Amino acid sequence: MAMIASLLCGLIFGAGLLISGMVQPTKVLAFLDVFGAWDPSLAVVMMAALAVSAPGFMLAKGRSRPLLAVRSFWPARDDIDRPLVIGSAMFGVGWGLVGLCPGPALESLATLSPGVIVFVAAMAAGMVLRDLWQRSRPAKPPEEALAQRAS
Amino acid sequence: MADFTPLAAAVGGALIGLSSVLLMLLTGRVAGISGIFGGLLNPRSGEIGWRIAFFAGLILAPLLAGLIGHGMQPPQMPASWAVIVAAGLLVGFGTRLAGGCTSGHGICGISRMSARSIAATVIFMAVAIATVALTHHVFGG
Repeated sequence: MAMIASLLCGLIFGAGLLISGMVQPTKVLAFLDVFGAWDPSLAVVMMAALAVSAPGFMLAKGRSRPLLAVRSFWPARDDIDRPLVIGSAMFGVGWGLVGLCPGPALESLATLSPGVIVFVAAMAAGMVLRDLWQRSRPAKPPEEALAQRAS
Repeated sequence: MADFTPLAAAVGGALIGLSSVLLMLLTGRVAGISGIFGGLLNPRSGEIGWRIAFFAGLILAPLLAGLIGHGMQPPQMPASWAVIVAAGLLVGFGTRLAGGCTSGHGICGISRMSARSIAATVIFMAVAIATVALTHHVFGG
């Protein structure tokens, strides 16, 4: 049942990206191009999504467990650290260069466009590289990590 | 603003929001695409099936739309392969480092009023806008 629910959620998510036009990099880049012929559609997409998800998440938060699984995986962290800032900036550069973020990129695989296949392969490589790099670094002693958080 | 499509954007956005709520209510998972995808590259037992099911749905959507005559146009990509590869690497590395992208931070995180997600969204939006300004207007495009 949980599998069918995941499939259905992917389908609804994909339909949303498709209907909103956010699968088209030209549409996304037109939103990001505030100094050109600006197209505010992406802002409307975000606001409409939040109008549904904000009350929906409040409802989900009030429940002790999900309907089809044993437990919920709510993100635990809420600090703003260096990896968050640097990672978001890197993502911003890549997003601005092509106009594809992970959702539309993966959905666009359906078109078998060579450019999209190469983009998704590079994206997967970037994720693996980050995981390897993370594993190669020695874990920080707790005192140092705490001091860094305080500064 | 010739291409502004507010109605389609509102309907599509509401569906994206609905999908995130349903995934959390039914399966207890955050609908963050980079996180769902990243988990497939570093697989752990019990963490694979639902992720593949989600992506099957995501890719099925345009194929089903094609059956009812609303097929998806292949996206317009940059001419340079180097730009495509560099952008893909940056999106992959960056979203994994920041723990989320437009969906996980931008929609799910902001819905919960998470300071971490609001900061991430402001940063990637601002940097993407600056990137487009530089590539389209300063260096020509």
